[in-house]
Amino acid sequence: MSKGTLYDKVWKKHVVGKLPDGRVQFFIGRHLMHEVTSPQAFEELRERKIKVKRPDLTYAILDHVIPTKCRTRPFKDKKAELMTATLESNVKQAKITYFGPGKGQGVCHVVFPEKGIIWPGQTGACGDSHTATHGAFGSIYLGIGTTQVRDLLATQTLALDPKKDKLKVKRINFEGNLQAGVSAKDLILYTINKLTVKGGNGFAYELSGSTVDNMSMEERMTMCNMGIEGGARVCYVNPDDTTFKYLLGREFAPKQDFRKAVQSWRKVASNKDAEYDSEVTINSSAVEPMVTWGTSPDQAVAVNQIVPCTKDGLGLIDPYEALDSCSYMNLIPGQNVNDIEINVAFIGSCTNGRLSDLEDAAKVLEGNKVKVKTLVVPGSEQVKYEAEMLGLDLIFKRAGAEWRNPGCSMCLAMSPDTLEGYNVTASTSNRPFKGRQGQETRTHLMSPAGVASSAIEGRIADPRPYLMRW
Amino acid sequence: MKKLVIKENMIVGIKGTGIPKPQPNLNTDDILPARFLKEITFSNMGNYVFIDERYKDGKEVKEHPFNDPNYKGANILLAGENFGCGSSREHAPQGLHRFGIDAIVAGESMAEIFWGNCASLGVPGVTVSNEELAKVVDYVTQNPKSQLDIDLKKKMLTYGNQKVKFNIPEGQRESFVTGLWDVVTVLKHYEPRTDAFANKLDYLSFL
Repeated sequence: MSKGTLYDKVWKKHVVGKLPDGRVQFFIGRHLMHEVTSPQAFEELRERKIKVKRPDLTYAILDHVIPTKCRTRPFKDKKAELMTATLESNVKQAKITYFGPGKGQGVCHVVFPEKGIIWPGQTGACGDSHTATHGAFGSIYLGIGTTQVRDLLATQTLALDPKKDKLKVKRINFEGNLQAGVSAKDLILYTINKLTVKGGNGFAYELSGSTVDNMSMEERMTMCNMGIEGGARVCYVNPDDTTFKYLLGREFAPKQDFRKAVQSWRKVASNKDAEYDSEVTINSSAVEPMVTWGTSPDQAVAVNQIVPCTKDGLGLIDPYEALDSCSYMNLIPGQNVNDIEINVAFIGSCTNGRLSDLEDAAKVLEGNKVKVKTLVVPGSEQVKYEAEMLGLDLIFKRAGAEWRNPGCSMCLAMSPDTLEGYNVTASTSNRPFKGRQGQETRTHLMSPAGVASSAIEGRIADPRPYLMRW
Repeated sequence: MKKLVIKENMIVGIKGTGIPKPQPNLNTDDILPARFLKEITFSNMGNYVFIDERYKDGKEVKEHPFNDPNYKGANILLAGENFGCGSSREHAPQGLHRFGIDAIVAGESMAEIFWGNCASLGVPGVTVSNEELAKVVDYVTQNPKSQLDIDLKKKMLTYGNQKVKFNIPEGQRESFVTGLWDVVTVLKHYEPRTDAFANKLDYLSFL
């Protein structure tokens, strides 16, 4: 049993009390919502004449179904329009803060941190599995189902089972400096490959060590975002000055109480003598740019490697699953991943849709031309504005890429950006699952720089030669 | 801790008429076809229950029990063994409940996840042996207007002058008779302590 970790402290701080069935009532400080998982919950509240308990702690956004090209209402897709209209009427009725188009809209896990809504020591929940992103601030953020969205709307609490829902804590120590041209995305893909997609089951991951200490908040968010792909429902980084500096001056961050808040936030970090259920060390300086070759996020190798075919090469990856993946992806075990041809590139999503991600991609694309259909989708209206002020949009357009409006876009098949027919993509998103980007589409996950270099070459490519120019 | 009881949600028994649908292994796709999952709320799910069996080529299948006027207003579903297997979607129990089903008597077993999903809607699912179920179905077919009685305290089903013991997971039974099956109501019950808790949570008052 872990002791004195951030997870233990924040958990304990939010237990309201016991419930008769042995579960505990758990208070949630921030409820984040989007259009896909909230309508049923609102409907049930209406049917039962229950009011939203804490609209002041609830924040809503439109991201999954919004078109990134033409955002004129009503949306062409009737279902997308219905979801959007339903969300908008629900939040209006309940007086919930809503970041709609023109009002700071974007991908939920990009916008809420950017607005300064996410603080250290909080609990939060969202009907979305990538909610763990916000653990980057030193908080416990849970992905929940629609029934729990309802409980949360009605009571601002959840019924959690201390036996199942109170996780063990595994500390992952990332030690050393990342090589030039290697990003947080590469490091987390490398880590998931080492620990597998099941490695985090039953665990909260604490990401620590010198590599993480030196990371920006955006890099930490990329890491925590993918924690769930490694099986960890909660993933967090201890808050430090990087965290506090990021929050200072943001719209929804504490203002006159900021000093007081920082004093309280410092205390939630894991104690020096904290005990962990498990610990592992990753040598960050050994990591190279990564790419997933299979249909599971742990099926990844360095960009200059082969699709693994030996026991050594596979590590903990199940060889039968690897074969199954190869057959679906039309790959031959042992072939160079550089030889994988792509016809679509996607830069964006809650994993890699932030300004620094776009800057990474722009560095590679500047002065080059893409060979394949390339979408650059900023994570939020704010990111889009900042990127345009820096002239990144011009770099993308000159390279032949499309510069779009914010949304989940091609990460999952819910918007008009869904791919049709047989495609092979290099994508900065988080799941290379069968059919996720479109029924017949094969997905290779990479960093923003990696996707950019692959777009230039029309095949999986190492971004480092392009970055060396600078 | 004093044992909590939520009176307005207590379900100690269900009385009503039966509707037989006793084929074994009916899955959640049979109960509610996948194409209706696209709807963003559960509001209309009651209309879609068994819809592909109830309507063929646009015409109503008169003899289907869910169309048969003999069973109109029935609220106790007599289902076959392993009822509700397949996908875990909540749409199937939602649909049945919204159609008017208040309890399910199944043969031998019910699919676990479906069973739990029904319980969280306040719809008790109980099981009897397949032989016993056949007798109940027979009786209801002969006497569609006769009252059935499910007694959750005695775990007893009464039909005509027959009484038969049924099974139900003890945790579920307890949650029905104490009225704690509905999580929202339970959490709402603790509102005063939640409010007191929130008032003391430091960061909620940071300006």
